[in-house]
Parts: sequence; C-alpha cells; structure tokens
Amino acid sequence: MTTEYMNEEHAAAATDDDVVLEVTDLSVTFPSDDGPLPAVREVSYRLRRGEALGIVGESGSGKSVTSMAIMGLLPRNARVEGSAKVLGQEILGLSDKEISKVRGQKIAMIFQDPLTSLNPVYTIGYQIAEAVLAHKKVSKQVAMARALELLEIVGIPSPDQRLKQYPHELSGGMRQRVVIAIAMANDPDVIIADEPTTALDVTVQAQVLDALQRARRETGAALVLITHDLGVVAGQVDRVGVMYAGRIVESGPVEEVFYRPRMPYALGLLGSLPRLDGDRSDRLTPILGTPPSLRDLPEGCGFAPRCPMARDLCHQEEPQLLLTLEGGDRGPAEAGDADGHTAACHFSGELTGVEASDLFQATSVDTEGVGSVAEVEAAESLIAEAREEYLEEARAEPETAPETAGSTEPEVLLSATDLVKHFPIRSQGLLRRKVGEVQAVSGVSLDLRERETLALVGESGCGKSTTARLLLNLIRLTSGELTYMGRPLHGLSDRRMRPLRKDLQLVFQDPFASLDPRMAVADIIGEPMRIHGSGHRDARKRVKELLELVGLNPEHGSRYPHEFSGGQRQRIGVARALSLNPRVLVLDEPVSALDVSIQAGVINLLEDLQDELGLSYLFVSHDLSVVKHIADRVSVMYLGKIVETATTEQLFRAPAHPYTQALISAIPLPDPIKERTRERIIVTGDIPSPANPPSGCRFRTRCPKFAGELSEAERTKCVEEPPELLDRGAGHRDACHYSQVVELI
Amino acid sequence: MSENGMFGSTRPKKARKDTADRTQLQTIVLRFSRHRPAMISLVLLVLIVLFAFVGPLFWIWDHTVYKEIPSNLPPGGDHPLGTSAAGNDVLGQLMRGAQQTLKVAFSVSLLSTFVGSLWGATAGYYGGRVDALMMRVVDIFLIVPLLVAAAAIAGNTGAGASWSAIALIIAIFSWATIARVVRGVVLSLREQEFVEAARASGASAPWIIFRHLLPNAAGPIIVAATLLVAVAILAEAGMSFLGLGIQLPDISLGQMIGSARTAVSTRPWLFYPPGVLLVLICLTINFIGDGLRDALDPRQTRVRR
Amino acid sequence: MLVYTMRRVLGALPVLVLASILTFVMIDVSGDPLADIRMQQPPPTEEVIQQAEERLYLDRSMPERYWLWMTGIGGNGDIGLLQGEFGPSTQGPQYEIGPAIVERLWTTLRLVGAAMIFALGLAIITGVISALRQYSKLDYTLTFIGFLALAMPTFWLAGIMQAGGVKFNQLVGDQVFATIGDGRFRAEGQPLGDQLLNAFAHMALPTIVLMLISFASWSRYQRTSMLEVMNSDYVRLARAKGLRNHVVIRRHALRTAMIPLTTVVAIGVSSVIDGAILTEYVFQWRGLGDFFITAVDNNDSYALMGWLLLSGVIVILANLVADLLYGVLDPRIRYE
Repeated sequence: MTTEYMNEEHAAAATDDDVVLEVTDLSVTFPSDDGPLPAVREVSYRLRRGEALGIVGESGSGKSVTSMAIMGLLPRNARVEGSAKVLGQEILGLSDKEISKVRGQKIAMIFQDPLTSLNPVYTIGYQIAEAVLAHKKVSKQVAMARALELLEIVGIPSPDQRLKQYPHELSGGMRQRVVIAIAMANDPDVIIADEPTTALDVTVQAQVLDALQRARRETGAALVLITHDLGVVAGQVDRVGVMYAGRIVESGPVEEVFYRPRMPYALGLLGSLPRLDGDRSDRLTPILGTPPSLRDLPEGCGFAPRCPMARDLCHQEEPQLLLTLEGGDRGPAEAGDADGHTAACHFSGELTGVEASDLFQATSVDTEGVGSVAEVEAAESLIAEAREEYLEEARAEPETAPETAGSTEPEVLLSATDLVKHFPIRSQGLLRRKVGEVQAVSGVSLDLRERETLALVGESGCGKSTTARLLLNLIRLTSGELTYMGRPLHGLSDRRMRPLRKDLQLVFQDPFASLDPRMAVADIIGEPMRIHGSGHRDARKRVKELLELVGLNPEHGSRYPHEFSGGQRQRIGVARALSLNPRVLVLDEPVSALDVSIQAGVINLLEDLQDELGLSYLFVSHDLSVVKHIADRVSVMYLGKIVETATTEQLFRAPAHPYTQALISAIPLPDPIKERTRERIIVTGDIPSPANPPSGCRFRTRCPKFAGELSEAERTKCVEEPPELLDRGAGHRDACHYSQVVELI
Repeated sequence: MSENGMFGSTRPKKARKDTADRTQLQTIVLRFSRHRPAMISLVLLVLIVLFAFVGPLFWIWDHTVYKEIPSNLPPGGDHPLGTSAAGNDVLGQLMRGAQQTLKVAFSVSLLSTFVGSLWGATAGYYGGRVDALMMRVVDIFLIVPLLVAAAAIAGNTGAGASWSAIALIIAIFSWATIARVVRGVVLSLREQEFVEAARASGASAPWIIFRHLLPNAAGPIIVAATLLVAVAILAEAGMSFLGLGIQLPDISLGQMIGSARTAVSTRPWLFYPPGVLLVLICLTINFIGDGLRDALDPRQTRVRR
Repeated sequence: MLVYTMRRVLGALPVLVLASILTFVMIDVSGDPLADIRMQQPPPTEEVIQQAEERLYLDRSMPERYWLWMTGIGGNGDIGLLQGEFGPSTQGPQYEIGPAIVERLWTTLRLVGAAMIFALGLAIITGVISALRQYSKLDYTLTFIGFLALAMPTFWLAGIMQAGGVKFNQLVGDQVFATIGDGRFRAEGQPLGDQLLNAFAHMALPTIVLMLISFASWSRYQRTSMLEVMNSDYVRLARAKGLRNHVVIRRHALRTAMIPLTTVVAIGVSSVIDGAILTEYVFQWRGLGDFFITAVDNNDSYALMGWLLLSGVIVILANLVADLLYGVLDPRIRYE
C-alpha cells in the first residue's frame, strides 16, 4: 500500500524546474450514509512542461475526482489528503484568496459538458473577458480584445459577432471551444481537460481536439487529458495512466502501455474494444464482473475478482505500482526512472507477449453477474439450452417459420422507399400554429434482408433514430412507402398494426430509461405478451426461458431494474424485445451507453442471437467501430439523407462519399502509431439545422472537397442539384456528384 | 451534491449487496424513517387524529351548548380548557373541530388528487393541442384565489351546513395544482424509453397511462397530495373564520378562532388552543410531505411552465 | 422582444375570457340574489319580487345574462364590463359596484404590494444564506421558521399580532401601532412626516402578517434554486477561472438563481390576495376584503363576479409581468 520509495525520489525531483504539476499520494474520501467512500487512493504523477498526460479509466474509476481535488473544486464534505504542487507551490488546502490566484492563472480546467459549462445569462465575450480580468489589471476593452484574439485561436468563425452572443446561440462544439479559450486566457502552465469531447460528435470532436492542441502550442501548457476513450488518448498524449477503483494501476509512455500492457486490466480493456482497424471475425473479449463498489473494496488487488490470472497472493496483498523491467522482473523505481512503464500487478512479468484473447474469454453470457471462469462455462451451457428451446417454440408457430430454402438471394423483410418525416415547429400559443418544420428524414430508402445486419450510421441529428422509429411505424410518415414482407405498413391504424408488432421489435439506447423502474423484471419482459393477450402462466414460463436466453439468471425475474447493472439491463431489454418471437430487431444505439468492458459482452450476445435465431437487425449507431464489427451492410446518413450505402467491407476499405471519409478518419484509433500517422480528412463547422438544410447537396457546407478541390462550375452543381444515391457497382451506392474512393485504414 | 454527479458518470449508482435485498417499499420506508422531523410529525399527527376521532368517545362533553356548563370558566377543574360564553366545553369543541377540519382536508386531498392526476396525466400523455387546451382550463382554476372563490360559493349557497359540501367546494378550486404537477412529471416521463417500449409492443394509451405513467408519477403525486391537505386545512379554517365555512351548531377550528377573535386578551383560552392545534396539524403534515419527498423523489423534479 | 410581448399578451386573453365564464357560471348557479327579499316578513308581493328580478336581469336566461354582463348591450346602462359598469347590486339601486371596488382596490393593493416586496427581499436573503450554509444550524433554524410560517393560519397570526400591538402600545404608553382600520383619512392634510408615521402605524402589523405566508415558500424555493446553481458546471467553471468565492456567488450563482423566482412569485399573488382578505378582516380595514364579505352577506352576485374577475385580472397581469421579466432576465427565452 505504501509508496514511500516514490517520496524519496520526489525529494530529488522537487528541484527539477521542468515539473509543472506534481501530485503525490492524493486520496479523496467522501462521507456517505453507508460509511466513507474512498474515491481516489494514493494517486501520484508528475507532469513536465509542455507534456501531455492521459488518464484513462471507466466511469467511477476516480479519474475526474482526482482533477477536481487538484483544482479544489470538490464539495466541502470531501476529505482530500496528500499533496499537489504547481510549479513547486502546494495548492491543496489553500485559502479562497490564494487558490484564486492559482486557478485560471497557473492551472486551468475544461469540463465535460459544454452545454452546461457556460453561464446562460452572460455573453460569450463577457465570460472570456472575465477570466482575463480575474488575473490581469487591464481595462474591459483590453480584455475584450484578448477575448476576440482567443476566439480566433480556437478557430471560431466570425469571432467578433460571437462575442456578443449568448451560449445557447452556439453549438456544443463551439461552446467547448469557448471553454478552451477561457482556459488559455492567462497562458496557464497546466490545462486539465476532463472528458472534453465525450459529449460531442466525432467530426466535432476532431475539431475540438485540434483546438486543444492549438491552445497548447500557443500557451506551452502541459495537458492532463482525462477520458474513457482509448482512441483519443492514443493520439493526443505522450504518457498515459490507467485508473481502476480509485488507483493508478498502470502508467508509462503511451506506446508502452498500448502495445505492451503489463496489467491484466489494461490488456482486457484493449481486448474488449471493437476496432476500426480490426477484423470482423475477431470476437471481443469482455472482462468478467464489474468494477468493485468503492464501499467494500476487496482485500488485495482491486482487479483480482475479475482477473483471469488472479492467485491467492492477489486476493491478500494489494500490489504496488512498480517499474516493469525487461524480462519480466519488477523492481522499485530508481531515481530518474519515474517516467518509465509502471504497473500495479504482482505478476506483470507473465504478461509479456500475451494477447487479450489468450487471457480473456470471448463469451456472450452476462459477464457482470459471474465471477469465475467455471461460472461462465455453466452459464454458457444454460444459454445454449435456452436457445434450443426458443428455436423449438419459434418453429412451432407456423407463421414465423421462414421458408428460405431454395432461394439464393435472402428475402427482403422490411423495405422502405422515400421515407420522409417532417416535424412541425409550433408556436407556444393556444392555437399552436405551425411556424416551420424540421426535416428530420428527407427521402430515405433501404431494404433489410433476412438474417442480415444493416447499420444506419450518422452523427446526432442526422435522423437515424427517427428513421428507426419510422420503420416500426411508431411515428407517422409524412410521405413514402413502407412494407413488411410485401405488406404495406404506412397508414395502418394502431389496431391494425398491433399484430405486426410481434414481428418488429425495438431495443433502446439507455438501459436505465428503457425499463420501467416500478416494474419487476419478469413483468417488464412479459409485458409485450400480456398486451398481445397471452395467458399469465405461459408468460411466466417464457420469461424464465428468455432470461436464460440472454444469459441472465432465470431466478432473478422478481427483481427490479435498479438491482441490475448497465449491461444486464440491456440484456433485459433484449429479452423483452425477443418475447414475441420477432423476426426483425431495430437496435437504437444498443451499446453506446455502456462501458467498453461491458459493451463487448452485449455485442457478442447480439451476434450469437442472430446466428442462432436467424434475426434481422437494423443497427442504429454513431460508433463506426462497433458498426464495423457487427454489420453486414452500412448506410451512412447525413442531415436526413443516406449519403452512402455499401457492404461493411467495401465501405471501410473504399469509402466514396466525402462525409463517410471524414467520419472514418475522425474516429480515433486505439493505436498510438497508426493514430498519429494516418491520413486525415477534416471537416469544418457544425451540422446545419435540419429546420433549414442547405440547398443541393446537404453536405456541401462542410465538404472538404467542395471547399478545396472543386472548380466554380462544379460547385454550382453541388449548390443547385441534390445528388442522387447512385450505384457505383457491386451495390456500392453514394450520393456525391464527384465521389472518389479513398483508402483510409 | 449527489454521488452520481460527483463522478461525472452517466451511470447511476449500482445496486450492491446492501441494497439488493431490499424491496423498493422498504427502501422508501427506511429513507423516510431517517428523516427525523417527519417521523416525529407522523407520531404527532397520529396522536392528533386519535384525539379528534377517538377522543370524543372518552370525554363527557361534546361541542354543543349545555345548560349545566357555566359560561366563561378559565381552564381547570371539570373543564380542563375552560368554557365559552354560550356554555360549551372548549375541550369538547376542540375535538369536534379538529375532526371536522381533518375530514374536510383529507376529502379535499383525495378528491383533488383523483381528478387532478387523471386530468394531468391525460394532458401530459397526449401533449400538443390537447395539452394546451386542458392546461388552459387548469390555468383558470389556478388564477382564482382559492380561499375567496370557495368562500364566495359557500357563502352564496349556504353550504356550511355539511362538511362534505365544504370539501367539495374547496376541491373544485384545488385539483388544478395536482393536475399541473402530474402533467409536468408525465411530460418528462412520456419521453422515457420505457414508454416507447410499451408503444412498440402495441400498448394502448390507457394501458400506458395506468400501468406506466401514473405509477411512476406516484412519488410526486403523493407529495403534492400531502401538501394539499395542509392547504385545504388553512382554506377551510379561513372560510370558517369569515363565517362562510362550517356553520353553527357544528364547529370547526377556524370558526372557534373566529368567534374568539375579540377575546384574545380577555379570554385567551378560547383563542389560543384551536390556533395551536391548527398550526400543529399543518406543521406535521408539511414535515411529513418533506420527508416523503426525500424518500420518494430523491432527485426532486421541479416543474416550471 | 416586442413580438414576444405581443404574443404573451394575446395568449393571456383567452384565459381571461374563460375565467370570466367560469366566474359568472359559478356565482350565478350557486346563489339566489333574491334570497333576502324572499325571506322578508311579511312576505313580499309577487310584484315586488318581479321588480327586483327585472332590475337584476334575473328574468333573462343565463347565456343572455353573461353576454349582458360582459357587453351591457340591451341593458339599462348599469351593466356591461366593457363599458365599465359592473351591474346592479342587491344592496339597493344607489349602491354602485364599480366605484366601490375602485375605491377599495387602492387600500388592498397597498397592503399586498408592501407585503410582497418585503417577503421577496427576505426570501432571497434567507434562501441564499440557507443554501450557502446548507445543513448548518442556521439553515435548520431558517427552515423550521419557514415551515412554521407555512403552517400558520393568517387570521390567527393577525389576531395575535393585533393583541401584541395593543400590549406594546400600553407598555410604551404611546400609540405606536394602530391596530384598527387602514387610517387613510386620519392623516389627510397633515405634514408629510406625520402622514408617513401614520401610514407606518397602520401598515406595519398587517404587512408583517401578510408577508410571512409567501416569504416561507419563496425562501424555500430560492434555497433549492440556489443549491442547484451552486452545483452547476458553470459555477464550477467560474471558480476554475480564478474568480473569488464572493464574486462567483454574486455574479454567477445569485444572478441566475433568482430568475425562476419571478414565476413563483407571480403564481403566489393569488394566495397573497387570499391572505389580504383575512388580514384586512382582522384589522378592520375598509378594503376589498370588507367589500367581499358584505357582498357575500347580501348575495350580491354582480359584486362577487366583479370582485373575482378583478382578482383574476390581477393574477393574470402578474403572470404576464413575470413572463416578460423572465424574457428580459434569461436570454434563452428572448426569441423573436
């Protein structure tokens, strides 16, 4: 538990001028009704001038609390111990007057959610100038001039107008850049960025990361980048620390940690991640169990209960964070070696040359509910039985038994032609007059075939979720045609639609909002059956089978949703969708709310269910890595239109539409070298409002091709003529007048 | 600050061993019992209810006038709280008065909650024009001052003869508050994915309203209903004080204060006891409401128009 | 902003119309304006009753009467709100409702206004202190005082204050507090200082009584709102900028936390009016409270309708002002 050896070394390092931030044995404890919560335990790190340090960890690992503690921004009841020095000055426990001089001046911070980080009642200019005036005795005009300059640096278009605007008039990406501008206002020595891009779309994330890099260049500040996204870390930082259960469990140069992880947790995280540069046939390897509750941390290593190579020692003694040496030995850090590769594992030496798939199992059972490999195997045999039973029952129902033998081309189940959905914008008055409309979906056509996974990809506001709901007839079409197995669905009344709902089911994004908190899980899963008039006893029995089918304990039906964790709840959502023996599942961002180590298990489950039950998936997602892993075909949406459709293979190997290219190149790869050397296609600006989309090609306002490569005459065509989705051969269709295949991965 | 917000996590606190075995009801009871003012209030309120409803069985005098009772006796002896000028036993009056007051208040709360919940849930679920229209009706009932409107009608009709008529009149002007609370909650609930899940399975509107929306709005509804009891008590007391509520020979606490208001310093035993009892009832109910809010609705949702 | 204002004003109109219908129907159905005449001994002749019915337009159907009440078209010139006439009174042909209401409106508004301003000021101060010292002894004390004030029947408190004022005067041996009447006419023609002193003597106690009811709920609201803002990201960012604590509280927290209070205060107007009626009754002011009780006693339907509609208009106006103020204070609402 002690890290005394580090302290001696710090005595020597204190004279080191290069160190701008030095955190030593920082611990944070919160009091709670059920006893103290140790959120952060003995975290130490050093940051040199201009250096970038990444702190990665899943939610609840204490990574944000650490930085809040350094800034002195935790609520009063938090107990903070240890030391944090900025330029040699201790900043923990300073008075309000003293810490005010440090904050913003020497150390600045960027928060996660740009939508709430700015005060809604003051203008952008005021809020930036305020940061300047807090530390410099200058006139308001000078401060405003500085604000203007800062907005230019972070790349905000027409900054002089923005100064007078209020936060709500700016998009999320712009607001985050304003926050970056505030952070760099006084040329701080350290900038702490706490998940600065998590709330943003990938193309905007790329812009904001770019602004962050510019801010660093401009100010020479060192950066602490806190994130859960391994891809972002890989490309942005020099060194990385991995946090787990309140501790740093591995740290070192970013290449070392990514290519030669020496702690099973880091290895497991990398293995559970679907990768854009990976192969579809690779199965993901979820980590068993869940992060420990801070309230009752296990004795010994915090990761031991989930670790496939844990031994008695691991359960008894918490490993220290020690330097890893070549050849697998571990030794105390020598002076000067503090920036080397350290890991908190008793057996880190054994991890040399080990792949994630060697250590972790690629399984689809509920990994959060089990604790050992033996349990996983038992659960797997249960799941297999359940699938058998499910199949038998599905076969017993004649109408859902598909007769596909003989036909070569799989049957088209769900077919949409020119779907259009406009939402009226209404006045607030009693009459609710229509004052405009949001063109959420403008002419989407797609076919979903039997047993295939079609992914619908796009950034927020592109209309993908609306399209998903249109396909299920959950919202009324403005125009267009929709058929299921040749039967038209559009215009069916709720009553006529009801029998068809058995075949078409939906799985939701948010595992916490999608289950009624007041209902027992068995009632939730059985609800669709009760709606369709199934007997009470039949439903009971079936609920148990369904729980088994999705890898959960069938005895847990009487529990309530809040007793389950994220991945388990998502499994319950899948079980509910399966209860009526559907043939088509529409999955609306089914894994995006889950931590990566849990996401992997749910993805595996979906893949297995499809293989064995012959389901068709419409997979809606913003995450191209997941899509690449799970989909057969992909349609990319932008502002209510499909801009490119192809098989997964074609789309990622040879994307043709500039938007697809930008999207793919904006996804950070969890591979430091590839991430730094790959070719990038950067888009500028924000997604235009769907209430007022650009004429012609909707992407032209952000298109790098339009801005850079095209001639005036060619551009006119983009402005005037909306491109159609045309086949470029082998079913690869794109909607660009000047499409051109580019290889990006 | 909640633990959740602190970690900046999108994932609410996980249920661990310590909470997994508890049912939701037990959790609520436990949280409520930790709210000390609410627990003390609950005990007090139960005592007051016993005093009002069971007390008369054990006390020789009721609230009416008796020739045997000398007038204007100060507290003590046969009449622990003294007697009135007309010859009532004040303790007997107090029991009866509290009884009538409580009956009115609880009826108002039940009636308003029933109507208000249905109205609010329907408006919230359908949204759009239906909502705009239904809420406009609610607005109208909200802008009329409760006490005055109820008093005007009660005074006009002479409804004061029976407590149920008074309750009905107060309810007419107080269901709108509940409707507004419920509508606000339902408006946010109906955007939740579990409602959409039910729709995707083919559930009808009544199914969704009764099985999903109202049960999930139960917390705020119970809290609002509790607080409404206190509002109704004060409204009834105010009406009776003005002489427009419950009429003689029946009695209520407000009426007792009304008839003693010129005797504050001369015969304080007539003026203070009913007032103290009123304050106690309202205070306990408000504290219970506060405790219930903490127990049922930890992340309180505020409704704004 | 102008469009926004216009839209709000137009939006209030249907509510006003519906409120007038509700008021009219409720009062019309609930009471018999001729009850007193019918009860007279000896029983009045048919003719007398018929005359009274005609005078009060009771010979017409209810929709007709509503139309008449609103417009006065087809009446005898003593009815029609749009013409400024409130209708005939049961208290005799010479009793004019309109002037009577207007005369008393000022008295009541003075009390309501003073009470609301003091309540608001006190609520903000205590609410903020409570929030900043959350879970301290001071917070608990203020919270308890708030709960007590919420539970206090206005009229009872008024009675105690009145008795207390009398006691105080006896102790000091001087008439510091006037405990009866609104004193509007007593100081007329006196020097300004005396007028103010007189106004204070009469206003002080009723204002305190009336203030307490709304103070409690507003203070609670301000506390919650302040706590919410203090935990918001933008307050944290303001701290991270290096602003001093007191600057953050004043400039970022307080400024934003006060905005939602405008709506709450506006909604609270109707309960302040309720309280004013009771307070005036205890302190025997000749305000709208007295007018109201006389009207009820005389089954004076048109007077009651006029009274209720007037209070409705006041509440609607207050809400309108709050809406507009909200638009000014919160740039998010300020749209074209």
